[in-house]
Amino acid sequence: MDGDSRIPILRMGRLLLVTIQVDMHDRMAVALQEDLTGQIVRTGATGVLIDISALDLVDSFIGRMLADIAAMARVLDAATVVVGMRPAVAITLVELGLSLEGVQTALNVERGMALLPSVATEPDADEGEDEDDGPVSEADAAPAR
Amino acid sequence: MSGDEVALSSDEDVVRARHVTRRLAVEAGLRLVDQTKLVTAVSELARNTVIHGGGGVLTAGLVHDGPRTGVRVTCQDEGPGIADLDRAFQDGYTTGNGLGLGFGGARRLVHDFDVRTAPGQGTTITVVRWG
Amino acid sequence: MTTPTPSPADALLSAVLLEDSAVLLTAWAAALDRQFAGARDVADAERECGRLLTAVGRELRADPAIPPRGSTRWEPLRDVLVELSRDCAQAGLSPSETATLVFLLKQPLFDRLRERAAESAGGAEGLTDALWAATTFVDELGLESFDAYLRSREDIIRRQQDELLELSTPVVKLWTGILAVPLIGTLDSARTQVVMESLLEKIIETDAPMAIIDITGVPTVDTLVAQHLLKTVAAARLMGADCIISGIRPQIAQTIVHLGLDLSDVTTKASLADALRVALDRSGYEVRKIGRPA
Repeated sequence: MDGDSRIPILRMGRLLLVTIQVDMHDRMAVALQEDLTGQIVRTGATGVLIDISALDLVDSFIGRMLADIAAMARVLDAATVVVGMRPAVAITLVELGLSLEGVQTALNVERGMALLPSVATEPDADEGEDEDDGPVSEADAAPAR
Repeated sequence: MSGDEVALSSDEDVVRARHVTRRLAVEAGLRLVDQTKLVTAVSELARNTVIHGGGGVLTAGLVHDGPRTGVRVTCQDEGPGIADLDRAFQDGYTTGNGLGLGFGGARRLVHDFDVRTAPGQGTTITVVRWG
Repeated sequence: MTTPTPSPADALLSAVLLEDSAVLLTAWAAALDRQFAGARDVADAERECGRLLTAVGRELRADPAIPPRGSTRWEPLRDVLVELSRDCAQAGLSPSETATLVFLLKQPLFDRLRERAAESAGGAEGLTDALWAATTFVDELGLESFDAYLRSREDIIRRQQDELLELSTPVVKLWTGILAVPLIGTLDSARTQVVMESLLEKIIETDAPMAIIDITGVPTVDTLVAQHLLKTVAAARLMGADCIISGIRPQIAQTIVHLGLDLSDVTTKASLADALRVALDRSGYEVRKIGRPA
């Protein structure tokens, strides 16, 4: 719960994997959103997997953050899958009135990966290593799916 | 009712409010789904207190009614108050940077929901979820 | 029946209950054996009788006035009576038999009161009052045990209802990754909620991304139940699982339309078989007959 701690983002080829394991406060959620969009652009990622199986609560703020990440990623031509939401959390979100429209979901990381077929299988070797900071044009060429 | 108190002035306090509520919900013997609903509602209300109420205090404790045990949480602030309560409950209504689910949504997650507010008089919201 | 500051009658009754408790218990147990011996096993209940006399003694030592029912001093007695009636229920005694068991304390108590009165000079005049106080006291104990018995029976019924609820909503695996809940009978809000939760738990447990909710056996649904079903589908989707609702009867279809519920996001099928076909299809399975040139 350290004020400046950030959620780590793991990169696997063209996939970004985020495992949220702490009860995030709002600034942390906002920081994650910024970090992720930055990383998508920097790495030319085409898929984002967010594992929330450790979260025992998703309130409207975190829910909105997830929906926003998915929407922003879409604009940047990356697909987002939120995986591992617990039953009690899902029931509560529905009751709260949040349906996370436009967010793909899966039961676990493995099934989530399967929803992003072009990603984990063939990481584009040269482009993968390319630490280009500017807007990545390869991302435009990527949608070979 | 014995009271746990959490000062609400920052993001971290909202997280603390969730933890205090969760602990009480477990103590009251609430089922997991009921715990989650209550803690989520409190998260919404505590955030509201921080953002719109300019900070405040959360008090939480167990309540008993015959064989039933529940958790009661109160969020109190000295902020500007709410002028139009009906509108504040409507889904989609918001004055801050929320989705507008905070109030109406939180009400659906608890059994009792009581608001005391007036313009300039601050806001006190008390919620109870029974086991 | 109220006994304010220790009257001579109360003092006499108190003295008997306090000082002669061993004699009372022996005589009480003997009376129990005469009444129930052979028919019921009242050994546990007898032990509670001893605890009851001990609890009564504890209260009277602190204050010789007989504690009236409902007072704070009565509470320890009530707690023992709750245990007593539970033991009686387990031994197969009826509520009235349980009360009778408590009433059997009267005879030994009266005997001892009479003996005490005879021992002390001029004790006879307080005797009538003391007998009255004793009968009132024992009556209250008996009635409390009767109430406790009924309360515990209600608890048992409630628990059995809960168990029945679990039993009546089995989540079954139809195929790898495909679950089904065949719902039968009237759905109320509580039961629907139980179904909802156990289905979602099972989805995680078995890693099943497809679930079929079959309501062929459900005659009718009300608004609340229909909404619960839709919420289940929405919650499953958030978790990454697809739900299909099958077996919607015409009446239920009408209800749904009349209630203005939106089912456009939900896959619905007429029969469980149709739903299974869709589920298999979506899971990447193909179903065809063999033994015939394809």
